[in-house]
Order: sequence, then structure tokens, then C-alpha cells
Amino acid sequence: MKLKELESCLQQVDVFEEPKLLLEQYPTSPHIAGCMLYTIHNTFDDIKGKLVADLGCGCGVLSIGAAVLDAGLCVGFEVDEDAVDIFKGNVEEFELPNIDVVQCDVCCLETMSFAKKFDTVIMNPPFGTKHNQGIDMTFLKTAISMAKTAVYSLHKTSTREHIQKKADDWNVKMEVIAELRYDLPATYKFHKKKSVDIQVDFIRFSLK
Amino acid sequence: MKLLTHNMLTSHVKGVTKGYPLLIKATEVKVNEVEFNPQFISRMIPKLEWSAFIQAAEGLGHLQNLPSTVVPEFENNEDFLRDVHKVLLEVEVIEGCLQCPESGREFPISRGVPNMLLNEDEA
Repeated sequence: MKLKELESCLQQVDVFEEPKLLLEQYPTSPHIAGCMLYTIHNTFDDIKGKLVADLGCGCGVLSIGAAVLDAGLCVGFEVDEDAVDIFKGNVEEFELPNIDVVQCDVCCLETMSFAKKFDTVIMNPPFGTKHNQGIDMTFLKTAISMAKTAVYSLHKTSTREHIQKKADDWNVKMEVIAELRYDLPATYKFHKKKSVDIQVDFIRFSLK
Repeated sequence: MKLLTHNMLTSHVKGVTKGYPLLIKATEVKVNEVEFNPQFISRMIPKLEWSAFIQAAEGLGHLQNLPSTVVPEFENNEDFLRDVHKVLLEVEVIEGCLQCPESGREFPISRGVPNMLLNEDEA
């Protein structure tokens, strides 16, 4: 599948009607999701025939992309019921048979003994900017505990040094695959400008 | 919820030490065709809690011909891999609940989605 095809396919994915500020529910754009998945699939072969987890899957754009690229099974994890409903609608719409979703708090997953059960973990975690500082690192730590091969994630470029230090602590190899400009649309009322660009790293963590 | 997903889920209610395997109480089960990938199934088999898988399959009335222990040299046994594939990926619990074996806490399954969220006093 070509990147363009993947992207236009992901444009059919329904997203949040009313994003929730506390959960930092900004959708991953079809363009960014497409680029991430295309690289994970083509450069690293970490999707096709793999058991994939998507943490904080939201409405499911990454999960659906992974399923389209022939993941053995992709399991989405999401806390918010409204997001899960939209996710289910998307799965039914796409008629994808290799996808599952579990409603739970990603911050509790580490205690649920998913240790090393998944080949690959993909996610676009909350950046932890508003009321939940540090949640990005909780997501990352959980993802690393669940994956056997690799974790793919998006993080604010301004936190790169901090993440590198944590990666060293956890004994995982960190590689910035791309620097992206994340176009955060003015989803929330407090955003005064139409949209804000933030610098984001697309990172691969490989487990040793 | 597929049985591969079920095989990984545990109950983590406060105080519970062994919330596994979760008992499936299904009121609606569906079988959806999934493309057979023998390499994927072969890789999943050693990772499965086999007895929990068999117990779940039996409870849903979809045991097929699955034996109580994994057959030797399963990688080359296509019939066996196909049976595992069917039960692991094609059988889906749509409505019902999962029950914690220790606390008895029930986690609802609706539209195929298990809800593992706990109340504040349970976490």
C-alpha cells in the first residue's frame, strides 16, 4: 500500500465530536498517523503479522491503520467511553476483523501483567501539558513494559533530553526517527489562535 | 473481545492476588472470519496461557478439537494451527461480562468491548 492510499484511507476515520480537555483528546491527523505507520511498517517491519497495542487509542486512527497494514491483531486501550464508542463505529465501518479494544485506564495497565505480551506498542500519548503533568512518561513506561520489540511514540521535542535520560535508565535504545510539526487545531476554547504548531519527535524505542 | 485479548486480561481489584483467568459469562458470541496467518498463530501459541485458553473456549462452546495440552511440533501441523486460529481470533464475545475469579467482581462486555475500569475504592 502506498502512503497516499493509507492516508486517504485514514481520512475516513471518525474523530472526537467534543474533545475533553482533561484527557488531552486531540486527534492524530491522518497525515501524521499515515507517516508513522508507513515508517513502522516499511522501515522496521513491526506491524504485519505482529501483535500490536495502541495505548490511549482514542477514536482509533493508529489502530485502524495498523489493522489495515495487516497486524496479526491490534488491541486498543482507552479510558474514555465516548472515544471507545467512536472507535467501535470506525471498526464496524471499516469491517476490520483484526482489531480489539479494551476500556481501561492506561495508567493501571502496568499492574495488569501485560509484561512483554505485545510485539509492538504504538501510541500518541497525552503530552502532559495541562493538568496531568508527567502522564506522557507514565504512558511511555507502561508501553515499554508491554512491548517485546519496539515502542513508537510522539513526544514534544522540548522534552527530548528528559526522555533520553529515562530511556537510559530503563535500558532501552531511543532513536528519533523524525521531527514533526504537529498542527494542534484550536480544539479547545482556551486556544486563542486558529491552530498552534508544536515541535514533536517521532521516536522509536527498541528493547534489548 | 477475542480470546487472544481475553488470554492477557487480569483483574486488578485492590487486594486481589490472582485475578486470572477471568471467567467469561457470555450472552452473545459471534464468529467473524479472519485471514489465516500460520506464522502469527505459531508465534502466539508459546505466549498463551494454554489452560486458560482451553477453559475459555470450552465455556463458550467453541472448543473445536483443541487438546488440553499443546501438541508437539505444532508449527508444521496446519490442522491444529487452523483450529487455534479459529478459536483465538474468530470467536468474539459481543455481550456479557468477565468475572474476577477471586473477588467475584464483574466487568461488563458491551459491543465487544470489555470495561476493565475500577471505581476509586477498588483501585
